[in-house]
Amino acid sequence: MQINDLLNHTSEWLKGTGPHSDIVISSRIRLARNLNKFPFPHWANKAQLDQIIKETAQAMSKVSLLKTSTLFELGKLDSVDKQFLVERHLMSIEHTQKTEHKALLVSEEEIISVMVNEEDHLRIQLMQSGFNLFEAWNIINTVDDALAKLLDYAYLADFGYLTACPTNTGTGMRGSVMLHLPALVMSRQIERVLAAIAKLSFTTRGLYGEGTQASGNFFQISNQVSLGHSENEIIENINGLIRQIIEQETQAREIMLSKSREILEDRINRSLGILKSARIITSQETIELLSMVRLGCDLGMIKDITRRTINELFITTQPAHLQKLENKKFTSQERDLRRAQLIRNKLNLL
Amino acid sequence: MLCDICGKNPATVHLTEIIDEQMNELHLCEDCARNKSQAMEQQFGLSDLLAGMADFQKPATEKEEAVNLKCQACGLTYADFKKIGRLGCGECYNVFRKYLAPLLKRIHGSNQHIGKTPLISKPAVKTDKNKAGLQELKISLQEAIQREAFEEAARLRDMIKELEGKKNADQ
Repeated sequence: MQINDLLNHTSEWLKGTGPHSDIVISSRIRLARNLNKFPFPHWANKAQLDQIIKETAQAMSKVSLLKTSTLFELGKLDSVDKQFLVERHLMSIEHTQKTEHKALLVSEEEIISVMVNEEDHLRIQLMQSGFNLFEAWNIINTVDDALAKLLDYAYLADFGYLTACPTNTGTGMRGSVMLHLPALVMSRQIERVLAAIAKLSFTTRGLYGEGTQASGNFFQISNQVSLGHSENEIIENINGLIRQIIEQETQAREIMLSKSREILEDRINRSLGILKSARIITSQETIELLSMVRLGCDLGMIKDITRRTINELFITTQPAHLQKLENKKFTSQERDLRRAQLIRNKLNLL
Repeated sequence: MLCDICGKNPATVHLTEIIDEQMNELHLCEDCARNKSQAMEQQFGLSDLLAGMADFQKPATEKEEAVNLKCQACGLTYADFKKIGRLGCGECYNVFRKYLAPLLKRIHGSNQHIGKTPLISKPAVKTDKNKAGLQELKISLQEAIQREAFEEAARLRDMIKELEGKKNADQ
């Protein structure tokens, strides 16, 4: 598989299906794992880092769910390719920096990806469409068990899986759910909700994970605590919280529909109007308008556009995707023109 | 009201600073506030926060002892950990155990792992026999507690204590 092959299909998590997919975009589980005999990546020398890639790649090639994967050496990719992989949520922004001796494994259909030599030797992640953390956990758990037979993981009975940063020690697990909460944002309840989430020791991030701002009403919520609870308990805790947020967003949507339907309809259709006719558009504005159109689909106000089309547009209008699609480097002004054209073509064809 | 720093833009952010018990109120415009918060983040990065938590309320002599501790496996010292906020390798957790256990407790509310283990599916030859036995006992203990079989749990707890005592004596 080449990077360009990824362009031709939709990532599993973008399909717009799965439980509660009107509010939950995707569910993600990631496990941090390290090998016993090597220092953690930041403390290892170049030869050790290369050996880590070699040994883990060999082990991963023997795991049935990863057999048809591709390993990308990040040092060999250009900046657009790296950005492209971040936009597809296959790796973190951190993994695009100082890329020598780092690698990324991507399974067929982009279901599982493994960052090698990011903060830990292995960061195994799996994304599912909709509200589906347990299913994601079941698959990733199988992969992890298979790898544990082939690799000597750094593990202590009392501290669990050992990680470079003590904030990940224990299960090494982070479960994240990406939510679309336009009604809570518009009704100005989101601050209260986010404050409550922080108090319960969960974190909220933006579309692209650590260090990114929430934009276009998208919020990624994940557990902060990884030690002292089993994986199932951690997932149950996140699920409990997410269920409450889903309920609040649903209520806020219902109230808006009953009290200010016309205003809402106006905003949603204006957003669609701009997307269908704009000639120049930034990615930030695109995300904000697509968010409104998505709400329109969820509420049945827009019938001829599917959630999947909107999800795809979220990704294909991102800077690196635009450049990969036309196989050309564009300045940011050129991108704003191309982006507007791409959106018009896609939406006016329907 | 104009910004206290640049004196040009209207102040929209109001900040209360406490430095050495001296309270100071600042009224800033958005740009100056952003610069200020970046400067503050640089002052208090995650590594400082973690390291600060690790040393919280430790007597001075212990602090000195900790700083000189060094992991023989990877060469990282406790002072390095304090500086970068990252451990050097798995063995560091054993070497700095005394200081990491309370730190982990402060971060996670617990320092006892009860999640999955890699040892169940791993061939036993690869692991230290004592460690594997201890691990299985700990899992059984958790299961017993969950089943509320407290007599069995007490028995398992004593066995774990005994094994751990033996392990420490070996080292």
